[in-house]
Amino acid sequence: MNGILAADHLFDQGLTLAVFIIVVVKVVVAFAVLMGAVTLMIWFERKAISDMQSRIGPNRVGPWGLLQTLADGIKLFFKEDLIPAESDRFVFKLAPYLVVVPAFLIFAVIPVGGTVTIAHHTFDLQVADPPMGILLVLACSGIAVYGIMLAGWASGSKYPLMSSVRASAQMVSYEAALGMNVVTVLLVCNSLSTRAIVDAQGGSFFHWNLIKTGLVPFVLFLIAATAELNRPPFDVVEADSELVGGFNTEYSSIRFALFYLAEFMNTITMSAVMVTLFFGGPAGPVPNIPHIKWIFPILWFTLKVVAFCYMYIWFRAALPRMRYDQLMDLGWKKLIPASLAWMLLVAAALTSWRWALVVLAGVFIGWIALTQAFEIGADRELSDSSVLPSIGQRPLPGRVLRQMTDGDGDVGSPVRDEASDEEVEA
Amino acid sequence: MNLLAAVTIPDVAIFVLSAALSLAGAVGILVVKNPVHAALSLVMTLFGIAVAFIELQADFLAAVQIIVYAGAIVVLFLFVIMFLGVDKREDLSVEPIVGQRPTAAVLVLGLMASIIALGFIGHFEVGPQAQTAELTGAAGNVADLGRAVFTTYLFAFEATAGLLVIAVIGAVVLARKPDAPKAAALVEEGGQ
Repeated sequence: MNGILAADHLFDQGLTLAVFIIVVVKVVVAFAVLMGAVTLMIWFERKAISDMQSRIGPNRVGPWGLLQTLADGIKLFFKEDLIPAESDRFVFKLAPYLVVVPAFLIFAVIPVGGTVTIAHHTFDLQVADPPMGILLVLACSGIAVYGIMLAGWASGSKYPLMSSVRASAQMVSYEAALGMNVVTVLLVCNSLSTRAIVDAQGGSFFHWNLIKTGLVPFVLFLIAATAELNRPPFDVVEADSELVGGFNTEYSSIRFALFYLAEFMNTITMSAVMVTLFFGGPAGPVPNIPHIKWIFPILWFTLKVVAFCYMYIWFRAALPRMRYDQLMDLGWKKLIPASLAWMLLVAAALTSWRWALVVLAGVFIGWIALTQAFEIGADRELSDSSVLPSIGQRPLPGRVLRQMTDGDGDVGSPVRDEASDEEVEA
Repeated sequence: MNLLAAVTIPDVAIFVLSAALSLAGAVGILVVKNPVHAALSLVMTLFGIAVAFIELQADFLAAVQIIVYAGAIVVLFLFVIMFLGVDKREDLSVEPIVGQRPTAAVLVLGLMASIIALGFIGHFEVGPQAQTAELTGAAGNVADLGRAVFTTYLFAFEATAGLLVIAVIGAVVLARKPDAPKAAALVEEGGQ
């Protein structure tokens, strides 16, 4: 019992009724606020993107269309719940929850404000502050992959399956870059606990990790996080022009609503994670006004998160979708080496400037070697002396697609093969 | 008996929960016929073990268990299962090796019998968590773990890293296509 509760000072005097009520209220408030934030986020995204595209957007239900999301939710509740005949029924039903639950869980470790004292109990404004803190975020985004993957597979339909294969490859790849940049932050902050990370960034703007880690990890983290969220410009998972609706094509009614909810909730929580890691969380100037002093950190936190949400909407309006191979190239050949190099540099710079110089030289040599390796690789693949079959004759995607969708190893006659290859290319 | 005094009801509840999760998952892997369901059972087992790690105050291990095993390795298993299209129920009525099942049954029974016999003869001490000292560093047990791994056990750590790199390079070499003329020769040989 001590092990789990020791982390939070709220439990110093043991588990009394007051403490229990505080914990329950924290959980309920976090849940309610997050649900409310999601409905607002969906409205905000639709409105903002309408503005950017010279449309009006939702304006019928409630003032400025604010209740549109609610109306959509009610509509989805009463729609017919279809389960495809070819689906794996148990996994099909399980998948939406595997997406939604991690989305909620991540928010539990985000510090949304400072500390508050109620009835002689001082506690942090966050649901939980476990010692593993930020690792929980990575763990949850690892679990969320399952939801998307299994949703596509369990649908028993070919486009969702292709989408889920894309999703699993994409999310697993970008998780590596994501984790590497988190490590850079941890090096500077000396702790895994989100509260400690935020506390280490208190003071002025120059104490924020954005400055302390040297801007680069933030940019890399932002790109990796956008890919992890499957948001534009990295939304190949649900590329409408290629995959109908992506992994959730076969879903309808409340199960579809859960996916939709999780998508926007993830946008909010990932923004919150970025604010926590790089922008000091609730840090900001607090005017000395008695009784309402505790509101200002929450206000700063909310402002920062809204700014990030707006940025994601802007991304969606402004940037064209990346091609799938470009996406993987960016992840493996640029983001991961860059994150690793910057992490080593920060680690060395924290020790001494001599080590920093040594590592800088090492990074430079590594960069040259890597560029050379990529050039040789590209040459092997594409040039005349390539050992691979020429591009039109490679087994991807026609043959493998049929294997995936029909489930058997039968490759079919060469004539059919060529025809389907052409179809895919066209 | 003072060791048992440190065990509280929540401890027992969490242990029972994690043990039930792990066991249910482990049995599931063996029982279910669909490979995807089996992989999901494996995730359940890993999750149960992570819960047990948290109860043992090994937070870092618990997080790594989820991130690495559930978040990456089993995802790759699933990826392969889906990609190769083996996600169909297998026919278990045919024995691949003749006499495999009776032999396995005999071996399992023998192994279990010897473990139980050892338990009676050898007086194994399987104590509760308090028998190992608690890791109480300033920054949780992560700092202590890091220091141990990068000082005392540095050689073992680096050796493991080297082993993994060798495995990766080996996999790349094995997966590489042989040169085109050689491949044609191989195909001809195989065709005859």
